[in-house]
Amino acid sequence: MTKINTNSTLVTVTGVDKVFKRGSEEIHVLGGLDLEIPDGEFLALMGPSGSGKSTLLNLVGGLDRPSEGKVEIGGKRIDKLSDRKLAAWRARHVGLVFQFYNLMPVLTAQKNVELPLLLTKLSRAERKKRAAIALDIVGLSHRTGHYPRQMSGGEQQRTGIARAIVTDPTLLLCDEPTGDLDRKSGDEILDLLQALNQEQGKTIIMVTHDIHAAARATRTLYLNKGQLSTEAVD
Amino acid sequence: MKYFYLVFSSLKRKKLRTLLTVLSIMVAFVLFGYLTAIRQAFDAGVEVAGADRLIVRHKVSIIQLLPESYEDKIERLEGVDNAAHSTWFGGIYQEPRNFFAQMPMEPEELFDMFPEYIISDEQKAAWLETRSGALVGRGLAERFDWKVGDRIPINATIWTKKGGGRTWEFDIVAIYDGVEKGTDTSQFFFRYDFFDETRAGGTGQVGWFSVRVNDPDRAAEVAAAIDAEFANSAFETKTEPEGAFIQGFANQIGNIGFIIMSIMSAVFFTILLVAGNTMAYAVRERTGELAVLKAIGFTDRGVLGLVLGESLALTLVGGAIGLGLAWMLVSMGDPTDGSFPVFYIPFSSIFLGFALIALMAFIAGILPALQAQRLQIADALRR
Repeated sequence: MTKINTNSTLVTVTGVDKVFKRGSEEIHVLGGLDLEIPDGEFLALMGPSGSGKSTLLNLVGGLDRPSEGKVEIGGKRIDKLSDRKLAAWRARHVGLVFQFYNLMPVLTAQKNVELPLLLTKLSRAERKKRAAIALDIVGLSHRTGHYPRQMSGGEQQRTGIARAIVTDPTLLLCDEPTGDLDRKSGDEILDLLQALNQEQGKTIIMVTHDIHAAARATRTLYLNKGQLSTEAVD
Repeated sequence: MKYFYLVFSSLKRKKLRTLLTVLSIMVAFVLFGYLTAIRQAFDAGVEVAGADRLIVRHKVSIIQLLPESYEDKIERLEGVDNAAHSTWFGGIYQEPRNFFAQMPMEPEELFDMFPEYIISDEQKAAWLETRSGALVGRGLAERFDWKVGDRIPINATIWTKKGGGRTWEFDIVAIYDGVEKGTDTSQFFFRYDFFDETRAGGTGQVGWFSVRVNDPDRAAEVAAAIDAEFANSAFETKTEPEGAFIQGFANQIGNIGFIIMSIMSAVFFTILLVAGNTMAYAVRERTGELAVLKAIGFTDRGVLGLVLGESLALTLVGGAIGLGLAWMLVSMGDPTDGSFPVFYIPFSSIFLGFALIALMAFIAGILPALQAQRLQIADALRR
């Protein structure tokens, strides 16, 4: 597994504000937020809707930029990277798992998983091999030629996880990965994430509303009104 | 290359819409190819017209005749290498729809003036020896399945024979080929001496003169000298380059180039709207997917390239099939059953067709592609 460096703190978020503008109105989603995540941690982020969980996840994943403050991953300040460099950084270091899977409906599971590898210099055969390994890890080696519409929600989410891990990223960011699944399928996904964390040492940040899901994490933080705490606020 | 399947997979998303758009583009390029061949047919004479040849005709109109004696006077002018006269015969073979040009010419002059017509030495000798002989182009011979030795009756619409007959009979003694693809091989030449002795009126008068100049750069100067020579005479002349003369003939039907350009512009503008609409919808309904591509590391330019690639694939498939079909249709023969001197799609037009495909792809795809490029990942994922 490739790491950015050997520093025990992988993610450092310092004094981050995030303000969205809606017309003339400014909405402060995050205010002066600080966060440190050690390498190899499985962190669950909980909080009410609109508390800024997904916004924080986007900032850590380099999908968005903070209005104020800094975001460092493995000692590298990503909020100052150019768009092109940030895209390259995401391709190399971030795996994303979405609530609604966000697979390409016109591509098979195999081709969906290969997508991030298109950005590498790997040969076609190597891409195919790595995608097959990733699908095997998530238990879908028998579904490689199937399209998303031919798979259950759980299988689609496992395909999404295979796509997220195929580049062996530093960080796995999951935005409500079980939010669209039944309990059984959700448990299977959580088992998988837990295994990736415990057996492969993946650092995972998971946004969830589900206490049952958060219980699988090594640490849970609560976000409310743009501030983090270790305890849920009613 | 590795992004091909991504581009083509996107086009499979809405198969019916893609199919209809491809068909629209295909029809546009079939029209482009076919109309190009028609335009080529009208322009062929102009394109192969000798840069060193002028046409001298009556100042009033082409149907006014000039004295044959002008030939010697023209040849004596400085800068003139040779002059040869022709006359419009305007006869009908079997029925009026079988139109083709028939012209009496001096047999010795023809090959000197028009080196683009080539025949065997044997047939050339026969042409020079046979008073009722006719020299026909390969295209014309194939059109009516004529061969050397055939006797061809032509009903005159202008030139009655001495004694009142209108049916002229000619013996085909030679069939000429063109030195290049665009050379007109749809013409019917016969001997001027036979024509002049047989016609009832107009003896000693001819339709126009072809004049070859020594230096093409001085053609305008020579043309002015010829017209000056015959100014204030009973038969004033108008001298112009051969290309302009042939273009004038074609323009009697109308400005073919303008008509075809107008049709093509309307067709391409409409198809551009169709293709642009398809691309706009394709991008709008895939906002989330494009955001995911960006999220996993595709750059803004990469996404822009993917959308433009999709647009190119769409137009390339439709356009290439269209050009191929046009090529096949044109290869089946001209729609006038042989009236066009040539009927083919020049290679330059095929290249132009592919350039148009690329241009159409760019114009249809650029706005949706820019929209995809500017997509903010976080915003798009929230939708």
